[in-house]
Amino acid sequence: MKILVAIKPVPNPDEKVKIRPDGSGIVLDNIKMVINPFCEIAVEEALRIKEKQGGEVVILTVGPKEGEQQVRTALAMGADRAIQVEAEKGLDSLAVAKFLAKVVEQEKPDLVILGKQAVDDDNNQVGQILAALLSWPQATFASKIEFLDGNKKAHVGRETDGGIETIEVPLPCVVTTDLRLNEPRYASLPGIMKAKKKELKVIPSASLGVDAAPKVKVLSLASPKERAGGRKVADVAELVAKLKNEAKVL
Amino acid sequence: MADILVVVEHQEGAFKKTTLATITAAKAYAGLAGGEVDALVLGDGAAAAAADTVAGFGVRKVLFGEGAAFAKYLAVAYAPAVAQVAREKGYGAVFAPASTFGKDFMPRLSGLLDAPLASDIVGLTRDGDKVRVQRPMYAGNAIATVELIGSPLLFTVRQTAFDPAQGSGAKSPVEKIAVSADAGGSAFVSRQETKSERPELTEARVIVSAGRGIKAQENFKLVEELADLFHAAIGASRAAVDAGWAPNDWQVGQTGKIVAPELYVALGISGAIQHLAGMKDSKVIVAINKDEEAPIFQVADYGLVADLFKAVPELIAEIKKAKSA
Ligand SMILES: Cc1cc2nc3c(=O)[nH]c(=O)nc-3n(C[C@H](O)[C@H](O)[C@H](O)COP(=O)(O)OP(=O)(O)OC[C@H]3O[C@@H](n4cnc5c(N)ncnc54)[C@H](O)[C@@H]3O)c2cc1C
Ligand SMILES: Nc1ncnc2c1ncn2[C@@H]1O[C@H](COP(=O)(O)O)[C@@H](O)[C@H]1O
Repeated sequence: MKILVAIKPVPNPDEKVKIRPDGSGIVLDNIKMVINPFCEIAVEEALRIKEKQGGEVVILTVGPKEGEQQVRTALAMGADRAIQVEAEKGLDSLAVAKFLAKVVEQEKPDLVILGKQAVDDDNNQVGQILAALLSWPQATFASKIEFLDGNKKAHVGRETDGGIETIEVPLPCVVTTDLRLNEPRYASLPGIMKAKKKELKVIPSASLGVDAAPKVKVLSLASPKERAGGRKVADVAELVAKLKNEAKVL
Repeated sequence: MADILVVVEHQEGAFKKTTLATITAAKAYAGLAGGEVDALVLGDGAAAAAADTVAGFGVRKVLFGEGAAFAKYLAVAYAPAVAQVAREKGYGAVFAPASTFGKDFMPRLSGLLDAPLASDIVGLTRDGDKVRVQRPMYAGNAIATVELIGSPLLFTVRQTAFDPAQGSGAKSPVEKIAVSADAGGSAFVSRQETKSERPELTEARVIVSAGRGIKAQENFKLVEELADLFHAAIGASRAAVDAGWAPNDWQVGQTGKIVAPELYVALGISGAIQHLAGMKDSKVIVAINKDEEAPIFQVADYGLVADLFKAVPELIAEIKKAKSA
């Protein structure tokens, strides 16, 4: 099976972001960029499918040159080759999905896997938009993928608010990953060495004929209201007294 | 002035309260931009119940698109139907809850209509003659002010950020409309529900959550015993869910459920950024953790540094005493 995996570099999610004083964005100096955790899960799933039934895993990203680093990491995990649509930073979801759709039309994969959400913008949009643009079925928030009928269709377990839902989708389709789909592997040292020689095709975004004019514009960022937390109680008796007399929740 | 459409969430006809905060947000938008708020229910015959329910919450009218392909929710069938209604009736904005329902079909709708979508909005403001929305980014560590350009404008609404719409005491008209319904080759197969007598996490007044510190599935008995005293819902951190001690739909956080109960009790949860993103808007936060440096204490109104296996049984006993006093 030929699988395309779309990945996005994001600031390390374990670091608390700082907002620039003028609200124009976040402070990116000294922040490590990593593959969005949900995209790592997408890469892992594609590799597992390939290990089971053969095929090819192609990494795809849309963004500035620096993203090459995270693409190389995905290649080091075991993907076969990569495509980078070189574009300016900060495109909106519609624009990203339009670029992805162009490459999907060229590459004709059987399956496209994306993360459910990029943990910088927290949009949770690109996979579903891509599916719409391609007129393909979609299975979002996947925690299990099973192929049936010689890969003609898949059963996908989806994590929904009400529990796990399983849907059937014909291939080709778009799947977005949830946390419990798998645990991504680390890139091995030989993997890292091999990755340096793997093909990375760069496509200038302007050559794809996409109207990327923003329809969603982030005007400014502000810090959320801070909680006045941090008070400690000495023991259970004091806790219960506070809950009863001060917070009045008992 | 273009009108506003709210897509109603229901499960096989059972109305979901997520829709109520969505109506409030849509009305706030109407207050800023003008227009009237209508509701759209898609479903098979069973969904008439949901249409009847939403008619009681102060919308102008309820559009009911009936079709066998809507019997079980699927984004592939829903998105084109909503697109058709929005286009044919010229709605200027479409709202849906930022639940796994809205997060699934609304971006697909955005792709179909080439229309801008703001996910998970928590506020609306006006700037000159333009409406702006606020939405969290970076696990809630930044609140972005966003402008949408195009038509219709699409929004999913964070339920905890808007009060639920109140019953109006009257019933709006329900109008049947014809929409095409086609799921292509996709189909619903099954649902594995977590059955519980407890209130839903997103609707509960009190939530008791446990993390890796609870150490084993059987120890959730302790969590339940505490929760019983409040008729509380039970939540979990990702660590507890990943360990298999709690079902996935109990996960609170950036990528799980966003909650804001009156009281949130965190037991053996360290307070990672991603967990805080889901609960830091709770009114009162209690944390019990044996590590006094745990970041959860920075957001807790009442922090108790203690072994939860010692403190929670004591707490249960003391609350029982306090309640009977
Ligand atoms: C992309 C991404 C998305 C994520 N989304 C979420 C999300 O939505 N929700 C979420 O919760 N996490 C999420 N996480 C995971 C998050 O980063 C943390 O790993 C997770 O929240 C940790 O769970 P925990 O606090 O239970 O475990 P730990 O961090 O291991 O903390 C356990 C705590 O229990 C305490 N403890 C241990 N024993 C006892 C005892 N006997 N009595 C009292 N205290 C005790 C310890 O002191 C410790 O503080 C996400 C991570 C990523 C990368
Ligand atoms: N610039 C990008 N390049 C490639 N894939 C992307 C990009 N942005 C988002 N994606 C994919 O879409 C998923 C969801 O992102 P989002 O809709 O932005 O939350 C991510 O996990 C990626 O798989």
